Amino acid sequence: MLNLAPNISDPDGFYEELIRAHEGLDKAQSDALDARLILTLANHIGDRALLSQAIAAAK
Amino acid sequence: MLAERYKTAFQLYPYTRIAAQEGTATRHPVVIVGGGPVGLTLALDLGKKGTPVLVLDDHDGAGLGSKAICFAKRTLDIANRLGACQQMVDKGVVWNVGKVFHADQKIYDFDLQPEAGHRNPAFINLQQPYFEKFLCDAINAAQSAGAPIEIRGRNCVTALENHGTYSTLTVNTPDGSYQLEADYLIACDGARSPLRDMMGLSFDGRVFEDNFLIADVHMKADFPTERWFWFEPPFENAGQSALLHKQPDDIWRIDFQLGWDIDREVELDPARIRARVDAMLSSQAGHVPEYELEWTSIYTFQCRRMKKFRHGNVIFAGDSAHQVSPFGARGANSGVQDADNLAWKLDLVLKGLAEPNLLDTYATERQHAADENILNSSRATDFMTPKSDVSKTFRNAVLDLANRHAFARPLVNSGRLSVPCNYIGFDLFGEDALQGPEGTQPGMACPDAPHLDGYILERLGGEFTLLAIGCMADDLKAHGVLANAVNIKAPSDAMRARYLGAHPCAVYLIRPDQHIVARWPDYNADAVATALKTAIGKA
Repeated sequence: MLNLAPNISDPDGFYEELIRAHEGLDKAQSDALDARLILTLANHIGDRALLSQAIAAAK
Repeated sequence: MLAERYKTAFQLYPYTRIAAQEGTATRHPVVIVGGGPVGLTLALDLGKKGTPVLVLDDHDGAGLGSKAICFAKRTLDIANRLGACQQMVDKGVVWNVGKVFHADQKIYDFDLQPEAGHRNPAFINLQQPYFEKFLCDAINAAQSAGAPIEIRGRNCVTALENHGTYSTLTVNTPDGSYQLEADYLIACDGARSPLRDMMGLSFDGRVFEDNFLIADVHMKADFPTERWFWFEPPFENAGQSALLHKQPDDIWRIDFQLGWDIDREVELDPARIRARVDAMLSSQAGHVPEYELEWTSIYTFQCRRMKKFRHGNVIFAGDSAHQVSPFGARGANSGVQDADNLAWKLDLVLKGLAEPNLLDTYATERQHAADENILNSSRATDFMTPKSDVSKTFRNAVLDLANRHAFARPLVNSGRLSVPCNYIGFDLFGEDALQGPEGTQPGMACPDAPHLDGYILERLGGEFTLLAIGCMADDLKAHGVLANAVNIKAPSDAMRARYLGAHPCAVYLIRPDQHIVARWPDYNADAVATALKTAIGKA
């Protein structure tokens, strides 16, 4: 089951770091960073069914 | 001439000509400049401890306008220790529920009071002039009981000469100027602090390029007593965010985030403000209720603090030392905690029971608190006003997901509301020999809990306390400082959960500002004496 309950410790700190990672990047560079980040996180999750559920949840 | 910078809501300390305005300058142990929430709290605290204190204010009462409206539990607990709380809670609007909207969709709501067993609510809304008036009432009562507090209205400091061990102030009044001297000078003179300028000290930080329109509106409305916050409000011309919040006397605080490039004059035109307010109210009520504009203002803000809050015998507290955005109620609330932190330290130093270096810990502890407030406040502001396209994309993704999935709700940030600062790991704190509940480890502010027919914080008073729960401690005097024993034989369930955890008994050493110094599983006089020595900066 895809976990859709709050699961990130220090959510404000995480969010700040995420936005900060995009500082100084143009649109194409930002999009590319996001794509790399999504693929990295997807690999960590690994479970194929969960990844499908996550794509559906985000759509 | 003494210029009036603003209108007053209440005249609290009218000017009277006094003998000190003639002849040579009189020396005072403590002079506080500024009679706002911070200066008045500090004066009341010091005066109740018997330390003579003089407050100078360039007006003769509380300035008109709501300004600060959200007072947090920790502030009320401090006010209760000083005897000013009951009027505040009686007059204030108690609220716990907040609702967050994105356009016309409610994303979620929250309840700020998750646990019972506290004397004071999480927050009250109260216009700042009332807060100041109730502090003045408590000061008047303390004066009648002999507290050496003096407030001089329409006494404006125009020059400061700092001699290191004391300062000479030139003070302008309706009858001309006079001079006085202060061993300790405490600047509670607000974000534009004239004293800070007179000392040539900088106040650096980050400017947030945004303008917020405040409209305090008087109306009879049956909206619930809740905090309503909109991202991208659906009503016309409301800007990027909006807020609706109730205050006493049928006043509603309405905020609109207008952006950076605006014409202030134009936006402050009452007709234009009314058009915005009409659009908001009719979208919620279905029609425009009758209302009057009580007070309007446009503000911008910065997040910044002074590098050091202590400059020898000149000390800065409240907005003069640090400034944050209003989201999170961290302005007046943190200033009152500054006063709470400084009062007992200054009192011990002036009574010769501690060295002046104890005052450095006021600076380190409260600078840490200011950093925490600035961090939270900057993050909230960045979420509410995304500074780049990608930041806005993520912000709107969070809002979109939060509507459907609980996981995104903790990421929604419309202001993280003020909670008590903790000083875990700072110099004045001692051992945790109990290893009990996290919320009562050394450095934390004491949580409240029911005790007999009242509450435990009321039993702690304003001196060092030795709180023994399920065991016995004795009054203990070490290094000239007394810790009063408070023995609790039968703790309430909430008290047990918050202070004992799985332990049968515990002993806590608690500072006058009700922060926990150290704790033990049983009473040992030597261990307490050592912790007390640490707590007054003599270790």
